[in-house]
Amino acid sequence: MSEPVIRAVNIVKKYDDFVAVNGISFEVARGESFGLLGPNGAGKSTTMKMIAAVSTRTSGDLTVLGLDPNTDGPAIRSQLGVVPQEDNLDQELRVRENLITYGRFFGMSHAEVGKRADELLEFAQLSDRAKAKVEPLSGGMKRRLTIARSLMNDPQMLLLDEPTTGLDPQARHILWDRLFRLKENGTTLVLTTHYMDEAEQLSDRIIVVDKGEIMAEGSPAYLIRTYSTREVLEVRYGSDKNAAIAKKIADVGERQEILPDRILIYSADGERDLAEITARGHHPTTSLVRRSSLEDVFLRLTGRSLIE
Amino acid sequence: MTSPAEITAKAAKPRRWGWWYITELRLREMKGYLSYVITSSFGNPIIYLLALGVGLANLVPQGIDGVPFLVFVAPAMLMSTILSVGAEEGMYPVLSGFKWHKVFFAIHATPITPGQIVAGFFVHLGIRFAFTAGIFYLAILAFGAVPLDTGWLMIPIAILGAFAIMTPLAAYAAQLEDDRGQFALIQRMVVMPMFLFSGTFFPISEIPDWLEWVAWISPLWHASQLGRVVSYGTIEPLWLTVLHVVVLVVFAAVGALLTRRAFIKRLTR
Repeated sequence: MSEPVIRAVNIVKKYDDFVAVNGISFEVARGESFGLLGPNGAGKSTTMKMIAAVSTRTSGDLTVLGLDPNTDGPAIRSQLGVVPQEDNLDQELRVRENLITYGRFFGMSHAEVGKRADELLEFAQLSDRAKAKVEPLSGGMKRRLTIARSLMNDPQMLLLDEPTTGLDPQARHILWDRLFRLKENGTTLVLTTHYMDEAEQLSDRIIVVDKGEIMAEGSPAYLIRTYSTREVLEVRYGSDKNAAIAKKIADVGERQEILPDRILIYSADGERDLAEITARGHHPTTSLVRRSSLEDVFLRLTGRSLIE
Repeated sequence: MTSPAEITAKAAKPRRWGWWYITELRLREMKGYLSYVITSSFGNPIIYLLALGVGLANLVPQGIDGVPFLVFVAPAMLMSTILSVGAEEGMYPVLSGFKWHKVFFAIHATPITPGQIVAGFFVHLGIRFAFTAGIFYLAILAFGAVPLDTGWLMIPIAILGAFAIMTPLAAYAAQLEDDRGQFALIQRMVVMPMFLFSGTFFPISEIPDWLEWVAWISPLWHASQLGRVVSYGTIEPLWLTVLHVVVLVVFAAVGALLTRRAFIKRLTR
């Protein structure tokens, strides 16, 4: 196997007394799509900043593309594409100008940046907005422009911090499609997200992070297989009755989680268990059988929801 | 995979020219508000000269420093205009880059270093100050308020003066988390008194002794006095002229170093 593009060994980031990242270790291979999944405040963005060579780590070993971010920041950054959590486009410039000026920061010539900007506007489906101002663009368009900007230098690795947070479902799907194309073309993707569907869509491998530590690691399918059941039965009896009924059906399924609004029953066969509950006379107001997701993995590992 | 040595070699160009790319960016951004820059550059001197040179000058027929009032006031008018541009540029554009539009973070995600961001920002401002000072100089030249041969030296003095006020404010703005009225307070409690008590309209000898210290720590007074020296000659001992330069250089240099430090701290935490 070739040298990993990221190798993190026990990296720690402290802000005074607060430990944002508490000794996490992982590796990312070239061409891999790697996700950091966790709730807000888990340390994902801080980890991302250390990889992006913009935040100095407190301790531990970290190499990105074979170089140390603490000492070779500019060289590493010359090979990265970064999509930050919040759009930081230059509002004083037009759409195309945002790409051109950004490309210049990598030492690209005026001719190169013009050509590349036009290609990427096409890729981001923004060609018709080339001369538009940035501010009135929709959230989805701004994100696509930010992604186009991050690709100006033809990066070896793309870092995406919460790429679709705040976007409507349609805009998210357009964005996923663009990212999937990059992945197919062999770009290494590293993304943070607190959306399980996003992690499942885009990641070959995931680490689940909580409170600055790694809780689990593996492919989405592996994590679900290992930490959850094949199916989940969701039943609702009303918030005042859920807890009482949960005790009466505690033996149904492999495991239960009692949430304020519903009971989750982890099961190999949700329909069978629903029939069993109904046969005992506990008719739920509503019920749903679905396959297990990374949300369930997270709930199992931390006892908390991803989106709180 | 590209080797680490190859990656480092590829980053050589931005390492050398990064500061210029930032200047280039700022100049391009300036296109958006160029009409404001041009209008204010022409408008300010004309308004000042009409009000003070033609209006107020009639009340001081004997002149000051042995020269007509307009000649006395013109260098200080130029300095106060450019220094106020300096004060303005040192505050909101800096905080905005960190707080509202966050463009400094976007730039720092590229090979550009925090020091290069500061350098490019300053080079652009040098160009901006030179442009506005140049136009002001031409205006007072047209009014016959400055000589042609040595008067142009006011332009570099004005740039130095503007840096002397801009860099300390930029250092302050760069470590500010939010503007909860601090900038307005600086404008009213620091910049405004400085303009009123810096010998702009009258010599500082007319200020009560207990207030004279304001002028001594004011970059505007030092810049205005230097402007007068190059405009209508020696009006003070040589040591004082040298001191004006030293004070402005120290303000600008210390401010620049502190700005650089604040940018590094904020962009790498």
